[in-house]
Amino acid sequence: MTPRIGKGREAVKYLLMIYAADQTWAEADEATREQAYAAHEAFGRMLAERGAMIGGEELAPAASATTVRATPGGFVLTDGPYAETAEQLGGYYLVEAAGLDEALDYAKALPAHIVEVRPIAG
Amino acid sequence: MNVEDAYREHWTRLLASLAAEFGLDTAEEALGEAYARACEHWPEQPPGNPAGWLRTVARRAALDRLRRAGVAARKLPLLAEGEPQAGPVGIADDRLRLMFTCCHPALALPVRIGLTLRYVTGLPTRTVARLFLVGEATMAQRLTRARRKITEAGIGYRVPEGPQLPERLAGVLHVVYLVFTEGYRPGGDTALATEGVRLARLVRELMPGEPETAALLALVMLQHARRDARRDARRAGGGEVLLPDQDRTRWHTGEIEEALGLLERAGMGRYALEARIAAAHATAARAHDTDWDLIAALYARLEEITGSAMVRLNRAVAVAEASGPAAGLGLLEGLELPGQAMLPAVRAELTARLGELAAADVLYAAALELSGEEHQRAWLLTRRALNAARRSAGGS
Repeated sequence: MTPRIGKGREAVKYLLMIYAADQTWAEADEATREQAYAAHEAFGRMLAERGAMIGGEELAPAASATTVRATPGGFVLTDGPYAETAEQLGGYYLVEAAGLDEALDYAKALPAHIVEVRPIAG
Repeated sequence: MNVEDAYREHWTRLLASLAAEFGLDTAEEALGEAYARACEHWPEQPPGNPAGWLRTVARRAALDRLRRAGVAARKLPLLAEGEPQAGPVGIADDRLRLMFTCCHPALALPVRIGLTLRYVTGLPTRTVARLFLVGEATMAQRLTRARRKITEAGIGYRVPEGPQLPERLAGVLHVVYLVFTEGYRPGGDTALATEGVRLARLVRELMPGEPETAALLALVMLQHARRDARRDARRAGGGEVLLPDQDRTRWHTGEIEEALGLLERAGMGRYALEARIAAAHATAARAHDTDWDLIAALYARLEEITGSAMVRLNRAVAVAEASGPAAGLGLLEGLELPGQAMLPAVRAELTARLGELAAADVLYAAALELSGEEHQRAWLLTRRALNAARRSAGGS
């Protein structure tokens, strides 16, 4: 059997970006939050056991963001995230997968409603 | 063999096998290089085995490209001289893999259709562009972008296994059916419908164990068999001839026979039900011999599977034929198909059949309000005029 060299064969890194409405999280009660953290812990353990976990963090609400733009006149700071959308980036996982299908399986297993899957360039 | 014949006969197979080894992007460029070399060398020195020649030259070109791109030698595929030709089984597997890659759900639906037409059926880029009503350069750019996404996102060249297979196969069949219906619709390009049938046949050959592949092939063949009877240039509005008015002697009976044979192994999935409905029409000697009870029952099962409002509408038409207009109208109660002219049009027809001509006129007007397609408008205008004539002749 000839070795395959298509990129799908080798391990690729993917960033799984979790999008959610900040408000939903802010308004969640204690039990809901605990449940969510437990689900993320289980997800992280699953990734680690498979050797797929590289890293991941929860982000503070998007309202705490500051956007910095370099312009000819100097740096312009904006209070808030780069794009004002209903759902904001709320956290991420950096994973290693054999290909997109595996990365998509992780995204589906994630306790989140919207996940953007982006390969790391390389 | 000249290069043009070699393109028609071998390009898609060679591409599939090279894509499995090198990825689609490198495979296409390397194969293009091999065909360009063939144009140079074959007139002087025609090869004994054109496909083998092209494959060897393309593999060398692919390896050169990868080396230049800095892929480590250890990771390159082995290139042995006099390397054995892949047997028919290997080639079939490669084509199937490429098909699943082109139809991957991570690609936008129009992109899946474009990739499939270009790389699985081997249509030239300019033909694919014409079918999408865009320029050749635009289509070439779209295909390049799509190939890049396949590489960068890590979409693999493999046939999915286990629980993923049914869903992904449904995705492939959906693309094939869209290719066909886009060509089959009134005003569509018949060449595209023909490609759809070819694709369905290919998927059937590559996955003979899956009942839905037989069902889809049967479905498109049964519809395609009516192509000559469906078009009549003398008619207004695109020349569309509706099923009851078609000259059934112009149907391709050989194709219908083959499709009916396929249905014996086609199961009872979504496409099988649609094919069985098409078969009920195809086997009626005259329009009024149609077994509407059977068709209504098949639509009822199809509605259970799909939950589609459009299927409910078709079911209501069948029920109206089988059990009268009132029964059909009953099934349409509460049904909503926003923006679709078909729903008020069917209501208008059934209401007129009940003899409620004034109410029917209002419904025809509502349908015309929503209808944008020329052939449909022409048909609606005729029906409305007929209804008006009945009214002035002493109806209600």
